[in-house]
Amino acid sequence: MGVPAAEKKVLLKVDQLKQYFPIKGGFFGRTINHVKAVDDITFDIKQGETLSIVGESGCGKSTTGRAILRLDEPTSGSIHFQDRDLLSLGKKEMRRTRKDLQVIFQDPFASLNPRQTIGKILGEALAIQNVVPKENRKSRIEELLGHVGLRPESMERYPHEFSGGQRQRIGIARALAVDPKLIICDEAVSALDVSIQAQVLNLLKSLQRQFDLTFLFISHDLGVVRHISDRVMVMYLGKIVEIADKKSIFEQPQHPYTRALLSAIPVPNPVHERERILLTGDVPSPIDPPNGCRFHTRCPFVQDICKTQLPELKRSAQNHQVACHIVS
Amino acid sequence: MNQDADKILEVKNLQTHFFTDEGTSKAVNGISFSLNKGETLGIVGESGSGKSITSLSLLRLIPSPPGKIAGGSILFKGEDLLTKSEKQMRSIRGNEISMIFQEPMTSLNPVYSAGEQIAEAIRLHQKLGKKEAWDKAVDMLRLVGIPSPEKRAKQEPHELSGGMRQRVMIAMALACHPEVLIADEPTTALDVTIQAQILELIKTLQKDFGTAVILITHDLGVVYETCDRVAVMYAGKIVEYTLAKEIFTNPKHPYTIGLLNSLPRLDMDQEELTTIPGTVPSPYNMPKGCSFAPRCPHAKGICEQAVPDLQAIGPSTEVSCWMFTPQWEKAYDAQEKVGI
Amino acid sequence: MFVFIIRRVLQTIPVLLGVSLVVFLIMQMVPGDPATLLAGEGATKETIESLRHELGLDRPILYQYVDYVLHAVQGDFGESLRSSRPVLDEIMVRLPITLELALASIFITVVLGMIAGIISATKQYSAADISIMIVALLGISLPSFWLGLMLIYFFSVNLHLFPVSGWGTFSHMILPAITLGAGGAAIVARMTRSSMLEVVRQDYIRTARAKGLKEYIIIYKHGLKNALIPVITVVGLQFGALLGGTVLTESVFAINGLGRLIVDAIRTRDLPMVQGGVLIASVIFVFMNLAVDVLYRYFNKRIDLN
Repeated sequence: MGVPAAEKKVLLKVDQLKQYFPIKGGFFGRTINHVKAVDDITFDIKQGETLSIVGESGCGKSTTGRAILRLDEPTSGSIHFQDRDLLSLGKKEMRRTRKDLQVIFQDPFASLNPRQTIGKILGEALAIQNVVPKENRKSRIEELLGHVGLRPESMERYPHEFSGGQRQRIGIARALAVDPKLIICDEAVSALDVSIQAQVLNLLKSLQRQFDLTFLFISHDLGVVRHISDRVMVMYLGKIVEIADKKSIFEQPQHPYTRALLSAIPVPNPVHERERILLTGDVPSPIDPPNGCRFHTRCPFVQDICKTQLPELKRSAQNHQVACHIVS
Repeated sequence: MNQDADKILEVKNLQTHFFTDEGTSKAVNGISFSLNKGETLGIVGESGSGKSITSLSLLRLIPSPPGKIAGGSILFKGEDLLTKSEKQMRSIRGNEISMIFQEPMTSLNPVYSAGEQIAEAIRLHQKLGKKEAWDKAVDMLRLVGIPSPEKRAKQEPHELSGGMRQRVMIAMALACHPEVLIADEPTTALDVTIQAQILELIKTLQKDFGTAVILITHDLGVVYETCDRVAVMYAGKIVEYTLAKEIFTNPKHPYTIGLLNSLPRLDMDQEELTTIPGTVPSPYNMPKGCSFAPRCPHAKGICEQAVPDLQAIGPSTEVSCWMFTPQWEKAYDAQEKVGI
Repeated sequence: MFVFIIRRVLQTIPVLLGVSLVVFLIMQMVPGDPATLLAGEGATKETIESLRHELGLDRPILYQYVDYVLHAVQGDFGESLRSSRPVLDEIMVRLPITLELALASIFITVVLGMIAGIISATKQYSAADISIMIVALLGISLPSFWLGLMLIYFFSVNLHLFPVSGWGTFSHMILPAITLGAGGAAIVARMTRSSMLEVVRQDYIRTARAKGLKEYIIIYKHGLKNALIPVITVVGLQFGALLGGTVLTESVFAINGLGRLIVDAIRTRDLPMVQGGVLIASVIFVFMNLAVDVLYRYFNKRIDLN
């Protein structure tokens, strides 16, 4: 973290990414509409940094993560990872590239085979990508367990014998097994209790330093995001509304949605006086999002222009971009 | 703490146990607290602390078997709920004491309209006719801030958003003007901007109706902003019981301190979070002494030997920790701590 | 909903065409030649050949099939080889009897099954629950022809409570309906029980309790309607099994229904009769499934969106 963000190499560049999911219906089951889960977003992640995506349910943050991994095939746009467009890769090449892109989900239990020991699960991860020769695998597994703070004996045990926090450590060990470059953490600590969450967050931070990892951290918890991120990207209804480095987003948030989001979170601090912007109503449907600025239906500062014209993401300060007519 | 006359609910040494194949789990293991008229008491704790079981015990809604209220008393307006008949309890539930739950998505019956589910409670407790009850249900929906309540009342839960469903739950709970509202993690499943709306709504209605609220939550921020007093639970016991503001400025119990330190803060930068090592003990295999001792940085021998009582250490603060007792000075140091 | 029904009705067309094709082909493949059979023993080769030509059996198979389908959609299933009467007329005489039997058994399946299931679920692990589940297990395991014979033996032969066989009065209906409905009732009872047990664990049941409702209102108003959704599917499937079961039951009780008609037709290689009978049975089956689908969707529309 000694090198300023601007001088770091870009590891992942997402350009005009769109992810529409068709809705079938009507007489012949044709596509009658689309859920515009992610609608034309552009951003990049630099080597060694943590970029967080925050937003409420339905904003498209998880869809973005899945699109990068090509778990869903994006509708359009490009995703350059180390200067190669992931979306143009064939199946075989993509499989090889997956080694560099790992993911940790919210519920590690669902992604761990209950009939396999931890040793077997990690061994399989090593075998698929074939990064470690067979005879060294056992010692590599022990090493991995050590990295995530689990005892070597854990190898012989089954997933159900572990607590939620320990399972998440296993999930992290599995992601680490193949020496990835980018790890996408999709609500990775959201299901954990605060005291366990803190342990896992500290672990992620120290692993990042140790292995020069890059994180794309998807979360709805802004406290966690503030703790782990270098930069933060705020999404609303499939659009990026603001991207900035951590300091500016938490201390000088510009977009009305970001400000409302930050002010909505109860903070146990008598000195931390804030003006609360209470938003009314619910998030509109991503099937038929509002014209103009997506946020205008709930924005307390709405102007006429917001209802007709989509604001572009514009640089408002060093390392700070915002998509709002009123701010710019 | 306060005058007895103000006490609407007083829980003494409540014990709720679960009898399963794995053994007996003392999910709530002898807790005492009280609730004054119109105030908000927060009960905070992590999973397995027994906070939700406590809330269900108050209305005697523990599924039995395997659960059972094994002892203690719950005095509501001076009368013990644990000695009441099932029929008497039914006239209290939803009428004098109401409850809202964590999952608005699943807590409403999918096959009945929102209005019908509210009106049902009104017909039951206020002996109103179908039409009057329905009108009152619509009024309640208007009161909880649902736009075009006449239309919404006829809709089924799947046609409503999560935030709206929780509003419906609140309307249902408050329809009979209860004296106590138990809210079990009412905003945990909701997005933060919706959470802010719902908490604001509960606060407003509480003031208008004069309802006392027990708010069960894991979120310390929510406690700080909504509660007057707070009880911190750990492994089935209350470890600290004090004023809500006090707990953030002057926490006493090592668990409370640990919890606050592990919280990633929105209001400050932290390079490293201070964590509580280890995990919550298994409910089937509780330590002999203080249940927090195996994770406590200060634990001495005495902590592993005997359970400390919850006792007053100030005008409005009670703590169950040996550190605040005269025995502490004489206690010898514990054995080496175990890691994760 | 309307669009859904129309679409489902249109979807039945290929299904029915498929059924007719399969029935047609199977009957082509079975050994034995209707013309030979019809001509009787000792008929000359020439007689058989001319009979075959007369029946159109010497034409290409595809032609025979298309011809058959075109007539079938107009209600013309040809003539029975045995009685020389139109197939449809024969079927129409028998069909009401089979439908009566089927309806009586479905009544037993649904009412008996659901009541038993609800009792079982609300009194889980009680003596009543355990006995119901044992009886249900027997009901599923016992073959219906054996059950039918046992019922005849005890209630008709020994106790003289019901007639041994035949059809016509209400008392004729009881034993066959029980025979045919028992297996389904057992399945429905088990399904209702597990579905109820699942439902009473739901959050909205806890909400209903927290409201102060009486236990029976919680079970019957808030529980049952939700618990019935999976049961509807099972009942629909049972109706299919039931149509198959009529064949056996009608034989055991000597009832002249559609099932027996088809069995007799198969035995005598009465090709048009078999085809017509099976096709009509399939149409009923397909439309029952359609009705179940529509019902299920009606009850379930609120749930599948979650």
